[in-house]
Amino acid sequence: MTVDLNGCIGCGACLIACQSENNVPVVGKDEVRRGREMHWLRIDRYFASDIEAAVGSRKDHDLSKISFMDAAEDTAENPTVVHMPMMCHHCNHAPCETVCPVAATTHSNEGLNQMTYNRCIGTRYCANNCPYKVRRFNWFNYPSYKKFTEINPAQDDLGRMVLNPDVTVRTRGVMEKCSFCVQRIQEGKLVAKEAERPVMDGDVTTACSDACPTNAIIVGDWNDLKSIVRTSSDDKRAYQALEEVGIKPNIWYKTKVRNHENKELAGLQQEHKVEAHGGHGEAHGEDHGKKAHH
Amino acid sequence: MHKEAAIREPLILGHKSYHDITEDVCRPIEDKAPKMWYILFGIAAIIGLYGVGCILYLLGTGVGVWGLNKTIGWAWDITNFVWWVGIGHAGTLISAVLLLFRQKWRMAINRSAEAMTIFAVFMAGLFPLIHMGRLWLGYWVLPLPNQFGSLWVNFNSPLLWDVFAISTYLSVSLVFWYIGLIPDFATIRDRAKKPVAKKMYSILSFGWSGRAKQWNRFELISLVLAGLATPLVFSVHSIVSFDFATSVIPGWHTTIFPPYFVAGAVFSGFAMVQTLMLVMRKAMGLEAYIHTKHVEYMNIVIMVTGSIVGTAYITELFVSWYSGVEYEAYAFINRASGPYWWAYWSMMTCNVLSPQLMWIKKLRTSLIFTFIISIVVNIGMWFERYVIIVTSLHRDYLPSSWSMHFPSHIDIGVYVGTIGLFFVFFLLFARFFPVLPLNEVKTILKSSGESYKNAPDAHHGDDKH
Repeated sequence: MTVDLNGCIGCGACLIACQSENNVPVVGKDEVRRGREMHWLRIDRYFASDIEAAVGSRKDHDLSKISFMDAAEDTAENPTVVHMPMMCHHCNHAPCETVCPVAATTHSNEGLNQMTYNRCIGTRYCANNCPYKVRRFNWFNYPSYKKFTEINPAQDDLGRMVLNPDVTVRTRGVMEKCSFCVQRIQEGKLVAKEAERPVMDGDVTTACSDACPTNAIIVGDWNDLKSIVRTSSDDKRAYQALEEVGIKPNIWYKTKVRNHENKELAGLQQEHKVEAHGGHGEAHGEDHGKKAHH
Repeated sequence: MHKEAAIREPLILGHKSYHDITEDVCRPIEDKAPKMWYILFGIAAIIGLYGVGCILYLLGTGVGVWGLNKTIGWAWDITNFVWWVGIGHAGTLISAVLLLFRQKWRMAINRSAEAMTIFAVFMAGLFPLIHMGRLWLGYWVLPLPNQFGSLWVNFNSPLLWDVFAISTYLSVSLVFWYIGLIPDFATIRDRAKKPVAKKMYSILSFGWSGRAKQWNRFELISLVLAGLATPLVFSVHSIVSFDFATSVIPGWHTTIFPPYFVAGAVFSGFAMVQTLMLVMRKAMGLEAYIHTKHVEYMNIVIMVTGSIVGTAYITELFVSWYSGVEYEAYAFINRASGPYWWAYWSMMTCNVLSPQLMWIKKLRTSLIFTFIISIVVNIGMWFERYVIIVTSLHRDYLPSSWSMHFPSHIDIGVYVGTIGLFFVFFLLFARFFPVLPLNEVKTILKSSGESYKNAPDAHHGDDKH
């Protein structure tokens, strides 16, 4: 999968599409406050700016005010933002897979990390070990616990019609996460099989890639060198999140490029009188905050 | 017979004979329990029952009743697990390692320290069980032949190694403890007058008749079991440390964990032994058997292991900077100055400063000081596990997931409940089981008893049995 950060506008359509496609439970305000929202896909935001403090900005009273980190906590007047959708990266060397005691999460020979709900006994080590923190645990029995009757529409017979019949509804104590819409992958493979041809672009899509208004998310057969997803990930702008952890993820992000006035570079260009415009000139003025990339 | 140096301080004080030893240990079992025992037992039972209630609520409703969230999957549950397992390690070290090193001073404390280990492991074992989302399928961690294809467990997982390590530890400790108890149960059985007591202790003493051949086998098996249990002291907590060390999370992923955790376990375990022994010796009139010498030796162990733990802290700090890994560096900056700084500094003061005070002879031989420090150490070690687990999880790689952990009432209730349950078990042990290993202590009376030590050999004839 590739996610083009140039395309992502942070609209959240992918998030909602994922939630409806995969029967991700709604947990309500209380639980969200406790940090237990179940969204398989989240959109991280990274802000950057030349710090011109916002009017009335309040400094955090955190004791982690070590001087070189102070600047990161100041509220800026007009920050720029990068929206980064984060879902399970289906790592080829997944830290979650090695640590499950009952092998409830395994790797398929097609490169998918498979979460086997009916094998999971809920030790949560996989979630602890995920550096992207994309795994979600079913803390309560959302489909039937009375605390969620007013919150989870799928608890009554009519409300249950919102559920996707192709996807299991998970009980309490079980871990869940983005599956790259494995049910759609299976469907797409079946279409190709019936047509007696290999899978090609368009057969397999995920809910998030379908919903994205800017086509920022691209899915497909990465092993097919001619597929859109492969050409997309071979692009110069492509990088992988937290690559140095060595877990070999299956998602490539494509660096956001802005036409941005960069005083430093402008100064350099003045000094060295660079003739060629464009090229690498203004296009590198992007600060991605704490995100590691190369 | 074994002759001990005259200047070596006696291990058994006062004018004790073999009969005195038997009386001192059996009397608390045979007499009516003192009022204080009932009061303490009552309090422990109530607290324990509250804990059981919290656990039942947890199992019925879901792990969501704890304070965990999507970022922090483990907090008090695994902190308590590691805390209790760590405490258990002292008993095994005293029984097994000190036996192999022929440290006779261990004899006064090994029985109750082993009991402490077993009850601590019971409490520890509770947590991996109840922290599971679907405990009723927990048996899936066992590699049993099945019809699922066969579907085996994941041998790469440290949690699975834990299953093997903890169950081995529990079974070996139980066997070791029970075998040692058999001759003592026989003594009580032989003295018992009431029919129910006699029947119970007959069953427990497994037909022991005190024949020389049986003693021969007893000594042999004690050595074998000590040999089996000794590697467990090092392996069990190393494996528990692998729960963290084999992950990718900064603050967890570090090779110093196995020796650090093992040292920390012995550290907290000996502190708990001190806490229990100092009360027990007074309550049961065993001051002649457990005295300053024992307390001092245990304090020295606490000092040494505490120093190892302190060194590990400094090493971690150094490496977090030296490694050049920004995530690692932040993990430690966050520990020292982030929202959980108070936990980190409690840990540092309790664990690094307090054992260093033991260099002063006056302090390490003071019973009051020891008692206070032993509690301080256990508090510090709880905070150490909390800091390791929660501060590493709550702010790891991606700031969007950063979160805070606050314990819920059930978190606290379960933990306090296990302390109550532990004391229920321990009080029952003190009431019905011999807290001193009669047979072992008697073997050192003639060589290390105060009244025998420097007497001329002619005294051999006037033993009172």
